[in-house]
Amino acid sequence: MEIISVLGIPLAGAIVLAGLGHRPYAPEVNAAFSLATLAASALLVTRVISTGPMTAFDEQFFVDPFNVFLVALTALVGFTTALFSRPYMRVEEEHGRVTSVRLRLYHAAYQLFMFTMLVTLLTNNLGILWVAMEGATLSTVLLVSLYRTPASIEAAWKYFILCGVGIAQALFGTILLYFAAEKVLGGGTVSLLWTHLYDVRQELEPTVLSIAFVFLLVGYGTKVGLVPLHNWLPDAHAEGPTPISAVLSGLLLNVALYAVIRSKVLVDGALGTRFSGQLMMGFGLLSVVVAALFLSRQRDIKRLFAYSSVEHMGIITFAFGMGGAVAAFAGLLHMTVHSLTKSAIFFTVGHAAQKTGTQNMADIRGLMERNPTIGWGLALGSLAILGVPPFGVFTSEFMILTTAMHEHSWATPFLLFALGIAFAAVFSKVQPMVFGESTARPLPHQPALLPVFVHLALVLMLGLYIPPYLEQWYRQAAALIG
Amino acid sequence: MAQQVVNLLATILLIIAFAMLSQRRVLSLIRLFAWQGLALSVSTAIVAYSTGQTHLWASAAVTLVLKVIVLPIVLHKLIDQLNVRWDVETLINVPTTMLVGIGLAIFAFALATPISEMAGTVTRSTLGIALASVLLSFLMMIVRRKAIPQVIGFLAMENGLFFAATSATYGMPLVVELGIALDVLVGTFVFGIFFFHIRETFDSLDIRHMETLKED
Repeated sequence: MEIISVLGIPLAGAIVLAGLGHRPYAPEVNAAFSLATLAASALLVTRVISTGPMTAFDEQFFVDPFNVFLVALTALVGFTTALFSRPYMRVEEEHGRVTSVRLRLYHAAYQLFMFTMLVTLLTNNLGILWVAMEGATLSTVLLVSLYRTPASIEAAWKYFILCGVGIAQALFGTILLYFAAEKVLGGGTVSLLWTHLYDVRQELEPTVLSIAFVFLLVGYGTKVGLVPLHNWLPDAHAEGPTPISAVLSGLLLNVALYAVIRSKVLVDGALGTRFSGQLMMGFGLLSVVVAALFLSRQRDIKRLFAYSSVEHMGIITFAFGMGGAVAAFAGLLHMTVHSLTKSAIFFTVGHAAQKTGTQNMADIRGLMERNPTIGWGLALGSLAILGVPPFGVFTSEFMILTTAMHEHSWATPFLLFALGIAFAAVFSKVQPMVFGESTARPLPHQPALLPVFVHLALVLMLGLYIPPYLEQWYRQAAALIG
Repeated sequence: MAQQVVNLLATILLIIAFAMLSQRRVLSLIRLFAWQGLALSVSTAIVAYSTGQTHLWASAAVTLVLKVIVLPIVLHKLIDQLNVRWDVETLINVPTTMLVGIGLAIFAFALATPISEMAGTVTRSTLGIALASVLLSFLMMIVRRKAIPQVIGFLAMENGLFFAATSATYGMPLVVELGIALDVLVGTFVFGIFFFHIRETFDSLDIRHMETLKED
């Protein structure tokens, strides 16, 4: 029942917002649907806390400790982004960058995007997971090109083609997985259900699964933004509207990584070797280092933080690749805090870019002087994402680093080097934007900054104290991922 | 008998994938795509007939409707409206592309051999062909400089994947196949919308204009 409402509300929202056409109150309707989704997912969470993991609809959907917190996180960030998007898109409309027809598309596709991500997280069927993931690309591609500028159309085309090709590889991987499962479970839907596959994971044919995993990792990894498959990511983040950058970075990358990890669990069971972990460590480390090197060369503020997302997804992939209870726990925590911090940063970046009329960092100056809240938001958000204690990012990065030192000491210099470069690059760029002479101008709509500080407060809290049930989920999920 | 016919159709699929790689005319590309869809649909139907897997009849029908009728019609409408019906693309280095294609096909067969040996299906020897046509369509997307041929490459890749699903297994569960078909259909419409945006903005469907976003 709770699952129906978590999935049904955003779908209904998409239909209502598409049917309604653009009205002055559409942003509020969008936020209301997102709030309802959040409430439904809160109900789902309380249900899971009281009765434990569950399945629904003939086991087609399931909730376990691994996806429950991601569902809650997705619904939360979905709601706060909808709040942020209200004044933001109004200003864009008044600046003449979007028309009302496009706003109708924007709001409907926003809810559809939430729907596809929640389906991806909640489905037990690996085929449906693929379909929903492709749906997530399709629903956002026209949002990336919402402004219809040459650059945004180019970015959206790249996003579409690269993710389309990538996801096709993942489909081939899924077919191979089904092929291996068919031998054990017999044909039909049951051979694609993750819970059943998990039960028989040790009997699955190892050769087939190892080939399947390569395809799945490359396919879903394209959406995670792993180097060298990351090309679409900075463009899509920089050229699309900022609320979309926030949900792409904060949510979609996590959801894609979730799909990779679900596959990894099965492959590890079948192979009994560290094959998948080593692949993920390689991709992860490469992403961290390459993204850190690119950070210092950025001029566009949204590209800067897009590369930072590549770096952090690399860290998380590396952590899951190392495996073990501590690293997997840290990876899950890092998924949570990165999502909250990065979306908060994009909120402030969006307002800062609107106030100064540019995304070029050299022209954004003195945010603190005119808009102390935006300035503080950007400064604190950047410090949090750079891993300054006591924010939660520090906790997870610390755990990942110490595990790496113990188990894979060769990787530690690369990680430390990349984190150091990233710190220097981002800090030296954010500092002049926050302080100094102001270039900001007033806007017709008050920015929504509450979401920024709610997110940062949560990240701060996770750095100091993790609620017991969340910790328990992390532990159970970490044991599952292994 | 059924196996031989399926093998024949698989060969046709692969030849069409090679033909697409070197085809310059948009109109002929769409025709090739429709033929590929037909080969796919017939081979699915034969597998359905010879194995008695009823849900494969449904997926053969879906393939027939979607890939032989609906998508070619949509593509024809698009090229009419965009006025690119008689477009001829200049392809550079066709021989090199073909050689790379042959290399990819060999790689696909090598990769598929250990998997095919485990397949108990009548169509198992065709898995290599399926993977080869996926990779060839992939190659086509890389070498093409125009938007429509790229998209046809994308759709042909979907054909190859679909063929992989019927050749390695007896097709994915129907609900998944319907989901994939829906994604392909929606994807084609989104592509269609895109063509107009690209043309409006760049005055051409040549994606060489879209190479400004780069790291400096």
